[in-house]
Amino acid sequence: MSKFAETFFNWPIMVQYLPKIVEGFFVTIQLALAVVVTGIACGLVLAVVRSFRVRAVNFFIVVFVDAFRALPPLVVIILFYFALPTIGIRMTGFVSTWLALSLVLAAYAEEIFWAGLLAVPKGQWEAARSIGLDTLQTLRYVALPQAVRITIPPLTNRTIAITKNTALGAVVAVGEILYQAQGAYSFSYNPSPLTLGAIAYLILFLPVVWFGRWVETRFAWKR
Amino acid sequence: MDSLLLNFFNLGILQQAWPYLLKGLGMTLLLCVVVIPLGIAGGLVVALASRAPRRWMRWAVIAYVDFFRAFPPLVLLMFLAFGLPFLGLDLPAFVAVALAFLLNTSSYYGEIFRAGIESIARGQYEAARSLGLSAPQYMRAVILPQAVRNVLPDLIGNTLEVIKLTSIASVVALPELLYAARQAQAVTYNATPVVAAGIIYLICLWPLVRLLSRYEHKQLHAHN
Repeated sequence: MSKFAETFFNWPIMVQYLPKIVEGFFVTIQLALAVVVTGIACGLVLAVVRSFRVRAVNFFIVVFVDAFRALPPLVVIILFYFALPTIGIRMTGFVSTWLALSLVLAAYAEEIFWAGLLAVPKGQWEAARSIGLDTLQTLRYVALPQAVRITIPPLTNRTIAITKNTALGAVVAVGEILYQAQGAYSFSYNPSPLTLGAIAYLILFLPVVWFGRWVETRFAWKR
Repeated sequence: MDSLLLNFFNLGILQQAWPYLLKGLGMTLLLCVVVIPLGIAGGLVVALASRAPRRWMRWAVIAYVDFFRAFPPLVLLMFLAFGLPFLGLDLPAFVAVALAFLLNTSSYYGEIFRAGIESIARGQYEAARSLGLSAPQYMRAVILPQAVRNVLPDLIGNTLEVIKLTSIASVVALPELLYAARQAQAVTYNATPVVAAGIIYLICLWPLVRLLSRYEHKQLHAHN
Protein backbone atom coordinates (compact mmCIF):
# COMPACT_ATOMS: atom_id res chain seq x y z
CA MET A 1 0.00 0.00 0.00
CA SER A 2 2.83 2.39 0.85
CA LYS A 3 4.36 1.54 -2.50
CA PHE A 4 1.09 2.47 -4.15
CA ALA A 5 1.00 5.82 -2.32
CA GLU A 6 4.63 6.51 -3.12
CA THR A 7 4.03 5.76 -6.77
CA PHE A 8 0.77 7.57 -7.45
CA PHE A 9 0.56 10.10 -4.61
CA ASN A 10 4.18 11.08 -4.08
CA TRP A 11 3.76 14.28 -2.09
CA PRO A 12 7.10 16.06 -2.81
CA ILE A 13 6.75 15.38 -6.55
CA MET A 14 3.15 16.55 -6.56
CA VAL A 15 4.05 19.78 -4.79
CA GLN A 16 6.95 20.33 -7.18
CA TYR A 17 4.85 19.97 -10.33
CA LEU A 18 1.60 21.50 -9.13
CA PRO A 19 2.38 24.91 -10.71
CA LYS A 20 2.89 23.23 -14.11
CA ILE A 21 -0.45 21.44 -13.87
CA VAL A 22 -2.19 24.66 -12.83
CA GLU A 23 -0.63 26.37 -15.85
CA GLY A 24 -1.98 23.55 -18.04
CA PHE A 25 -5.37 23.86 -16.36
CA PHE A 26 -5.76 27.41 -17.64
CA VAL A 27 -4.55 26.50 -21.14
CA THR A 28 -7.18 23.72 -21.22
CA ILE A 29 -9.88 26.20 -20.18
CA GLN A 30 -8.79 28.71 -22.85
CA LEU A 31 -8.70 26.05 -25.55
CA ALA A 32 -12.06 24.60 -24.50
CA LEU A 33 -13.79 27.99 -24.45
CA ALA A 34 -12.34 28.94 -27.84
CA VAL A 35 -13.52 25.65 -29.34
CA VAL A 36 -17.03 25.89 -27.86
CA VAL A 37 -17.60 29.48 -29.04
CA THR A 38 -16.19 29.00 -32.55
CA GLY A 39 -17.71 25.56 -33.11
CA ILE A 40 -21.25 26.41 -32.01
CA ALA A 41 -21.26 29.77 -33.82
CA CYS A 42 -20.10 28.16 -37.08
CA GLY A 43 -22.58 25.32 -36.69
CA LEU A 44 -25.45 27.75 -36.16
CA VAL A 45 -24.47 29.84 -39.19
CA LEU A 46 -24.23 26.72 -41.36
CA ALA A 47 -27.66 25.49 -40.21
CA VAL A 48 -29.23 28.88 -40.98
CA VAL A 49 -27.57 28.96 -44.41
CA ARG A 50 -28.84 25.43 -45.03
CA SER A 51 -32.41 26.52 -44.23
CA PHE A 52 -32.38 28.77 -47.34
CA ARG A 53 -32.29 25.49 -49.29
CA VAL A 54 -29.93 26.47 -52.09
CA ARG A 55 -29.11 23.08 -53.61
CA ALA A 56 -25.45 23.71 -54.52
CA VAL A 57 -24.64 25.32 -51.16
CA ASN A 58 -26.39 22.58 -49.20
CA PHE A 59 -24.43 19.93 -51.04
CA PHE A 60 -21.18 21.41 -49.73
CA ILE A 61 -22.56 21.77 -46.22
CA VAL A 62 -23.60 18.09 -46.16
CA VAL A 63 -20.19 17.00 -47.47
CA PHE A 64 -18.45 19.11 -44.81
CA VAL A 65 -20.65 17.77 -42.02
CA ASP A 66 -20.29 14.14 -43.12
CA ALA A 67 -16.52 14.43 -43.47
CA PHE A 68 -15.97 15.90 -40.02
CA ARG A 69 -18.33 13.39 -38.42
CA ALA A 70 -16.43 10.52 -40.05
CA LEU A 71 -12.85 11.68 -39.39
CA PRO A 72 -11.32 10.98 -35.96
CA PRO A 73 -10.43 14.36 -34.34
CA LEU A 74 -6.88 13.20 -33.67
CA VAL A 75 -6.40 12.55 -37.39
CA VAL A 76 -7.60 16.09 -38.21
CA ILE A 77 -5.27 17.62 -35.61
CA ILE A 78 -2.31 15.64 -36.93
CA LEU A 79 -3.13 16.59 -40.52
CA PHE A 80 -3.19 20.27 -39.57
CA TYR A 81 -0.04 20.18 -37.47
CA PHE A 82 2.19 17.71 -39.31
CA ALA A 83 0.87 17.62 -42.88
CA LEU A 84 -0.05 21.22 -43.75
CA PRO A 85 3.49 22.57 -43.11
CA THR A 86 4.73 20.44 -46.03
CA ILE A 87 2.73 22.70 -48.36
CA GLY A 88 3.80 25.85 -46.55
CA ILE A 89 0.88 26.32 -44.11
CA ARG A 90 2.26 26.48 -40.58
CA MET A 91 0.32 26.82 -37.37
CA THR A 92 1.04 26.29 -33.70
CA GLY A 93 -0.23 23.25 -31.84
CA PHE A 94 -2.80 25.43 -30.08
CA VAL A 95 -4.17 26.81 -33.35
CA SER A 96 -4.31 23.41 -35.06
CA THR A 97 -6.11 21.84 -32.09
CA TRP A 98 -8.50 24.79 -31.82
CA LEU A 99 -9.23 24.76 -35.54
CA ALA A 100 -9.63 20.97 -35.79
CA LEU A 101 -11.94 20.65 -32.78
CA SER A 102 -13.94 23.74 -33.83
CA LEU A 103 -14.57 22.23 -37.27
CA VAL A 104 -15.63 18.91 -35.71
CA LEU A 105 -17.96 20.67 -33.26
CA ALA A 106 -19.32 22.88 -36.07
CA ALA A 107 -20.21 19.78 -38.08
CA TYR A 108 -22.07 18.14 -35.19
CA ALA A 109 -23.71 21.43 -34.12
CA GLU A 110 -24.92 22.11 -37.68
CA GLU A 111 -26.57 18.69 -37.81
CA ILE A 112 -28.22 19.23 -34.41
CA PHE A 113 -29.44 22.79 -35.20
CA TRP A 114 -30.70 21.65 -38.60
CA ALA A 115 -32.65 18.80 -37.01
CA GLY A 116 -34.07 21.36 -34.57
CA LEU A 117 -35.14 23.68 -37.40
CA LEU A 118 -36.80 20.78 -39.23
CA ALA A 119 -38.70 19.96 -36.05
CA VAL A 120 -40.41 23.39 -36.07
CA PRO A 121 -43.80 22.63 -37.64
CA LYS A 122 -44.49 24.05 -41.11
CA GLY A 123 -47.49 25.94 -39.77
CA GLN A 124 -45.17 28.12 -37.69
CA TRP A 125 -43.33 29.28 -40.82
CA GLU A 126 -46.61 29.91 -42.64
CA ALA A 127 -48.04 31.83 -39.70
CA ALA A 128 -44.92 33.99 -39.50
CA ARG A 129 -45.12 34.73 -43.23
CA SER A 130 -48.79 35.58 -42.99
CA ILE A 131 -48.14 38.26 -40.36
CA GLY A 132 -45.61 39.82 -42.72
CA LEU A 133 -42.25 38.60 -41.36
CA ASP A 134 -39.56 38.00 -43.98
CA THR A 135 -37.36 34.88 -43.97
CA LEU A 136 -34.67 36.30 -41.69
CA GLN A 137 -37.22 37.68 -39.25
CA THR A 138 -39.04 34.34 -39.22
CA LEU A 139 -35.77 32.58 -38.45
CA ARG A 140 -34.87 35.02 -35.73
CA TYR A 141 -38.16 35.44 -33.90
CA VAL A 142 -40.06 32.23 -34.64
CA ALA A 143 -38.01 29.27 -35.86
CA LEU A 144 -34.66 29.59 -34.05
CA PRO A 145 -36.02 30.20 -30.52
CA GLN A 146 -38.08 27.00 -30.81
CA ALA A 147 -35.30 25.06 -32.55
CA VAL A 148 -32.62 26.04 -30.03
CA ARG A 149 -34.77 24.85 -27.12
CA ILE A 150 -35.03 21.28 -28.34
CA THR A 151 -31.41 21.19 -29.47
CA ILE A 152 -30.02 22.06 -26.03
CA PRO A 153 -29.72 18.53 -24.56
CA PRO A 154 -27.99 16.86 -27.55
CA LEU A 155 -25.87 19.95 -28.16
CA THR A 156 -24.71 20.06 -24.53
CA ASN A 157 -23.69 16.41 -24.58
CA ARG A 158 -21.85 16.74 -27.87
CA THR A 159 -20.08 19.91 -26.73
CA ILE A 160 -18.92 18.21 -23.53
CA ALA A 161 -17.59 15.23 -25.49
CA ILE A 162 -15.68 17.46 -27.89
CA THR A 163 -14.20 19.79 -25.26
CA LYS A 164 -12.76 16.72 -23.51
CA ASN A 165 -10.83 16.16 -26.74
CA THR A 166 -8.69 19.19 -25.84
CA ALA A 167 -6.49 16.52 -24.19
CA LEU A 168 -5.57 15.46 -27.75
CA GLY A 169 -3.65 18.74 -27.97
CA ALA A 170 -0.95 17.01 -25.89
CA VAL A 171 0.02 15.08 -29.03
CA VAL A 172 0.92 18.33 -30.84
CA ALA A 173 2.68 19.95 -27.85
CA VAL A 174 -0.12 22.23 -26.63
CA GLY A 175 0.82 23.03 -23.03
CA GLU A 176 -2.50 21.85 -21.57
CA ILE A 177 -3.03 19.60 -18.53
CA LEU A 178 -2.14 16.25 -20.08
CA TYR A 179 0.96 17.62 -21.82
CA GLN A 180 2.26 19.17 -18.60
CA ALA A 181 1.49 16.01 -16.64
CA GLN A 182 3.21 13.83 -19.22
CA GLY A 183 6.29 16.09 -19.27
CA ALA A 184 6.51 16.08 -15.48
CA TYR A 185 6.09 12.30 -15.49
CA SER A 186 9.05 11.81 -17.81
CA PHE A 187 11.23 14.23 -15.82
CA SER A 188 10.47 12.70 -12.45
CA TYR A 189 9.95 9.12 -13.67
CA ASN A 190 7.01 8.87 -11.31
CA PRO A 191 3.32 8.76 -12.29
CA SER A 192 2.20 11.15 -9.52
CA PRO A 193 2.02 14.09 -11.96
CA LEU A 194 -0.38 11.96 -14.05
CA THR A 195 -2.54 11.51 -10.94
CA LEU A 196 -2.45 15.26 -10.45
CA GLY A 197 -3.45 15.78 -14.08
CA ALA A 198 -6.29 13.28 -13.69
CA ILE A 199 -7.53 15.16 -10.63
CA ALA A 200 -7.35 18.44 -12.57
CA TYR A 201 -9.51 16.92 -15.32
CA LEU A 202 -12.04 15.70 -12.78
CA ILE A 203 -12.20 19.15 -11.16
CA LEU A 204 -12.80 20.67 -14.57
CA PHE A 205 -15.16 18.15 -16.16
CA LEU A 206 -17.17 16.56 -13.33
CA PRO A 207 -19.21 19.77 -12.87
CA VAL A 208 -19.63 19.90 -16.65
CA VAL A 209 -20.92 16.30 -16.74
CA TRP A 210 -23.33 17.09 -13.88
CA PHE A 211 -24.48 20.19 -15.74
CA GLY A 212 -25.13 17.97 -18.76
CA ARG A 213 -27.24 15.62 -16.63
CA TRP A 214 -29.23 18.55 -15.26
CA VAL A 215 -29.82 19.97 -18.74
CA GLU A 216 -31.01 16.57 -19.94
CA THR A 217 -33.74 16.36 -17.32
CA ARG A 218 -34.59 20.07 -17.52
CA PHE A 219 -35.08 20.19 -21.30
CA ALA A 220 -36.11 16.57 -21.82
CA TRP A 221 -37.89 15.77 -25.08
CA LYS A 222 -41.56 15.29 -24.51
CA ARG A 223 -42.28 12.03 -26.25
CA MET B 1 -0.69 22.87 -56.87
CA ASP B 2 2.34 20.75 -57.75
CA SER B 3 3.53 21.00 -54.17
CA LEU B 4 0.13 19.79 -52.99
CA LEU B 5 0.24 16.77 -55.31
CA LEU B 6 3.83 16.03 -54.38
CA ASN B 7 3.31 16.24 -50.62
CA PHE B 8 -0.28 15.08 -50.13
CA PHE B 9 -1.13 12.77 -53.01
CA ASN B 10 2.23 11.31 -53.97
CA LEU B 11 1.48 7.97 -55.63
CA GLY B 12 5.07 6.71 -55.39
CA ILE B 13 5.08 7.28 -51.64
CA LEU B 14 1.61 5.79 -51.30
CA GLN B 15 2.81 2.64 -53.03
CA GLN B 16 5.66 2.31 -50.53
CA ALA B 17 3.47 3.02 -47.52
CA TRP B 18 0.50 0.92 -48.62
CA PRO B 19 1.52 -2.41 -46.98
CA TYR B 20 2.08 -0.62 -43.65
CA LEU B 21 -1.24 1.20 -43.90
CA LEU B 22 -3.03 -2.09 -44.61
CA LYS B 23 -1.40 -3.70 -41.58
CA GLY B 24 -2.43 -0.69 -39.50
CA LEU B 25 -5.99 -0.94 -40.79
CA GLY B 26 -5.99 -4.62 -39.78
CA MET B 27 -4.98 -3.67 -36.25
CA THR B 28 -7.67 -0.97 -36.12
CA LEU B 29 -10.28 -3.55 -37.19
CA LEU B 30 -9.02 -6.05 -34.59
CA LEU B 31 -9.22 -3.33 -31.96
CA CYS B 32 -12.83 -2.54 -32.97
CA VAL B 33 -13.82 -6.21 -32.94
CA VAL B 34 -12.50 -6.57 -29.38
CA VAL B 35 -13.44 -3.19 -27.94
CA ILE B 36 -17.02 -2.70 -29.24
CA PRO B 37 -18.53 -5.99 -27.96
CA LEU B 38 -16.66 -5.49 -24.68
CA GLY B 39 -18.07 -1.97 -24.32
CA ILE B 40 -21.60 -3.07 -25.19
CA ALA B 41 -21.46 -5.96 -22.71
CA GLY B 42 -20.04 -3.64 -20.03
CA GLY B 43 -22.74 -1.09 -20.83
CA LEU B 44 -25.48 -3.67 -20.39
CA VAL B 45 -24.07 -4.63 -17.00
CA VAL B 46 -23.93 -0.95 -16.02
CA ALA B 47 -27.51 -0.35 -17.19
CA LEU B 48 -28.86 -3.39 -15.33
CA ALA B 49 -26.90 -2.47 -12.20
CA SER B 50 -28.32 1.05 -12.30
CA ARG B 51 -31.72 -0.57 -11.63
CA ALA B 52 -30.43 -2.52 -8.63
CA PRO B 53 -32.80 -2.70 -5.66
CA ARG B 54 -30.24 -1.26 -3.22
CA ARG B 55 -29.71 2.46 -3.17
CA TRP B 56 -25.95 2.32 -2.53
CA MET B 57 -25.53 0.14 -5.63
CA ARG B 58 -27.39 2.64 -7.78
CA TRP B 59 -25.24 5.46 -6.40
CA ALA B 60 -22.08 3.44 -7.07
CA VAL B 61 -23.14 3.00 -10.70
CA ILE B 62 -23.84 6.72 -11.12
CA ALA B 63 -20.44 7.55 -9.60
CA TYR B 64 -18.74 5.09 -11.97
CA VAL B 65 -20.51 6.48 -15.04
CA ASP B 66 -19.88 10.14 -14.18
CA PHE B 67 -16.26 9.47 -13.24
CA PHE B 68 -15.40 7.88 -16.56
CA ARG B 69 -17.48 10.33 -18.56
CA ALA B 70 -15.57 13.23 -17.00
CA PHE B 71 -12.21 11.65 -17.85
CA PRO B 72 -10.87 12.35 -21.34
CA PRO B 73 -10.21 8.88 -22.81
CA LEU B 74 -6.64 9.79 -23.76
CA VAL B 75 -5.88 10.73 -20.14
CA LEU B 76 -7.29 7.41 -18.94
CA LEU B 77 -5.28 5.53 -21.54
CA MET B 78 -2.01 7.26 -20.61
CA PHE B 79 -2.66 6.72 -16.94
CA LEU B 80 -3.12 2.99 -17.49
CA ALA B 81 -0.27 2.64 -19.99
CA PHE B 82 2.31 4.64 -18.01
CA GLY B 83 1.10 4.24 -14.44
CA LEU B 84 0.30 0.52 -14.11
CA PRO B 85 3.83 -0.71 -14.99
CA PHE B 86 4.97 0.99 -11.77
CA LEU B 87 2.77 -1.41 -9.85
CA GLY B 88 4.47 -4.32 -11.57
CA LEU B 89 1.53 -4.69 -13.98
CA ASP B 90 3.34 -4.45 -17.30
CA LEU B 91 0.37 -4.70 -19.62
CA PRO B 92 0.89 -5.06 -23.36
CA ALA B 93 -0.27 -1.91 -25.20
CA PHE B 94 -3.25 -3.77 -26.64
CA VAL B 95 -4.51 -4.82 -23.19
CA ALA B 96 -4.04 -1.31 -21.77
CA VAL B 97 -6.04 0.13 -24.69
CA ALA B 98 -8.79 -2.48 -24.32
CA LEU B 99 -9.05 -1.81 -20.59
CA ALA B 100 -9.21 1.98 -21.05
CA PHE B 101 -11.88 1.54 -23.72
CA LEU B 102 -13.89 -0.86 -21.54
CA LEU B 103 -13.97 1.67 -18.68
CA ASN B 104 -14.77 4.63 -20.93
CA THR B 105 -17.23 3.15 -23.42
CA SER B 106 -19.15 0.99 -20.93
CA SER B 107 -20.25 4.18 -19.16
CA TYR B 108 -21.48 5.73 -22.41
CA TYR B 109 -23.19 2.53 -23.62
CA GLY B 110 -24.58 2.10 -20.11
CA GLU B 111 -26.28 5.51 -20.17
CA ILE B 112 -27.80 4.71 -23.57
CA PHE B 113 -29.13 1.31 -22.47
CA ARG B 114 -30.50 2.86 -19.28
CA ALA B 115 -32.41 5.48 -21.31
CA GLY B 116 -33.73 2.68 -23.51
CA ILE B 117 -34.90 0.56 -20.57
CA GLU B 118 -36.55 3.60 -18.98
CA SER B 119 -38.44 4.30 -22.20
CA ILE B 120 -40.41 1.05 -21.83
CA ALA B 121 -43.89 1.56 -20.43
CA ARG B 122 -44.81 0.02 -17.06
CA GLY B 123 -47.56 -2.03 -18.64
CA GLN B 124 -44.96 -4.10 -20.44
CA TYR B 125 -43.45 -5.19 -17.10
CA GLU B 126 -46.85 -5.93 -15.64
CA ALA B 127 -47.89 -7.92 -18.69
CA ALA B 128 -44.62 -9.89 -18.61
CA ARG B 129 -45.00 -10.61 -14.89
CA SER B 130 -48.59 -11.69 -15.32
CA LEU B 131 -47.44 -14.23 -17.91
CA GLY B 132 -45.28 -15.72 -15.20
CA LEU B 133 -41.92 -14.68 -16.65
CA SER B 134 -39.08 -14.32 -14.16
CA ALA B 135 -36.99 -11.13 -14.00
CA PRO B 136 -34.13 -12.44 -16.18
CA GLN B 137 -36.67 -13.88 -18.60
CA TYR B 138 -38.69 -10.72 -19.08
CA MET B 139 -35.57 -8.54 -19.30
CA ARG B 140 -34.19 -10.72 -22.08
CA ALA B 141 -37.37 -11.49 -23.98
CA VAL B 142 -39.56 -8.41 -23.45
CA ILE B 143 -37.77 -5.31 -22.18
CA LEU B 144 -34.32 -5.36 -23.81
CA PRO B 145 -35.44 -6.03 -27.40
CA GLN B 146 -37.79 -3.03 -27.27
CA ALA B 147 -35.27 -0.88 -25.38
CA VAL B 148 -32.54 -1.56 -27.93
CA ARG B 149 -34.88 -0.70 -30.79
CA ASN B 150 -35.79 2.62 -29.15
CA VAL B 151 -32.18 3.73 -28.74
CA LEU B 152 -30.72 2.13 -31.88
CA PRO B 153 -29.60 5.46 -33.42
CA ASP B 154 -27.77 6.38 -30.20
CA LEU B 155 -26.12 2.95 -30.11
CA ILE B 156 -24.93 3.32 -33.70
CA GLY B 157 -23.77 6.88 -33.00
CA ASN B 158 -21.76 5.81 -29.98
CA THR B 159 -20.25 2.91 -31.90
CA LEU B 160 -19.11 5.38 -34.58
CA GLU B 161 -17.46 7.45 -31.83
CA VAL B 162 -15.74 4.34 -30.44
CA ILE B 163 -14.36 3.38 -33.86
CA LYS B 164 -12.96 6.90 -34.32
CA LEU B 165 -11.58 6.82 -30.79
CA THR B 166 -9.39 3.81 -31.58
CA SER B 167 -7.06 6.34 -33.26
CA ILE B 168 -5.84 7.47 -29.82
CA ALA B 169 -4.19 4.07 -29.39
CA SER B 170 -1.46 5.46 -31.66
CA VAL B 171 -0.30 7.59 -28.72
CA VAL B 172 0.74 4.51 -26.73
CA ALA B 173 2.44 3.03 -29.82
CA LEU B 174 -0.16 0.43 -30.68
CA PRO B 175 0.47 -0.02 -34.42
CA GLU B 176 -3.05 0.80 -35.69
CA LEU B 177 -3.89 2.82 -38.80
CA LEU B 178 -2.93 6.29 -37.57
CA TYR B 179 0.28 5.02 -35.95
CA ALA B 180 1.30 3.22 -39.14
CA ALA B 181 0.61 6.39 -41.14
CA ARG B 182 2.66 8.55 -38.76
CA GLN B 183 5.57 6.10 -38.93
CA ALA B 184 5.41 6.06 -42.71
CA GLN B 185 5.32 9.85 -42.73
CA ALA B 186 8.39 10.03 -40.51
CA VAL B 187 10.32 7.61 -42.74
CA THR B 188 9.34 9.11 -46.11
CA TYR B 189 9.25 12.69 -44.85
CA ASN B 190 6.04 13.15 -46.84
CA ALA B 191 2.46 13.74 -45.66
CA THR B 192 0.86 11.35 -48.18
CA PRO B 193 0.53 8.39 -45.73
CA VAL B 194 -1.35 10.51 -43.17
CA VAL B 195 -3.62 11.95 -45.86
CA ALA B 196 -4.23 8.41 -47.09
CA ALA B 197 -5.10 7.27 -43.55
CA GLY B 198 -7.62 10.12 -43.34
CA ILE B 199 -9.16 9.02 -46.64
CA ILE B 200 -9.33 5.40 -45.43
CA TYR B 201 -11.18 6.52 -42.28
CA LEU B 202 -13.55 8.57 -44.45
CA ILE B 203 -14.29 5.71 -46.83
CA CYS B 204 -14.86 3.22 -43.99
CA LEU B 205 -16.96 5.47 -41.76
CA TRP B 206 -18.93 7.54 -44.27
CA PRO B 207 -21.62 4.85 -44.80
CA LEU B 208 -22.12 4.73 -41.02
CA VAL B 209 -22.48 8.53 -40.86
CA ARG B 210 -25.09 8.43 -43.67
CA LEU B 211 -27.00 5.62 -41.96
CA LEU B 212 -27.01 7.61 -38.74
CA SER B 213 -28.25 10.74 -40.52
CA ARG B 214 -31.11 8.76 -42.06
CA TYR B 215 -32.08 7.32 -38.67
CA GLU B 216 -32.01 10.75 -37.02
CA HIS B 217 -34.28 12.23 -39.66
CA LYS B 218 -36.64 9.27 -39.55
CA GLN B 219 -36.92 9.63 -35.79
CA LEU B 220 -37.67 13.32 -36.19
CA HIS B 221 -40.45 12.71 -38.70
CA ALA B 222 -41.97 10.09 -36.45
CA HIS B 223 -41.84 12.67 -33.68
CA ASN B 224 -43.70 15.33 -35.68
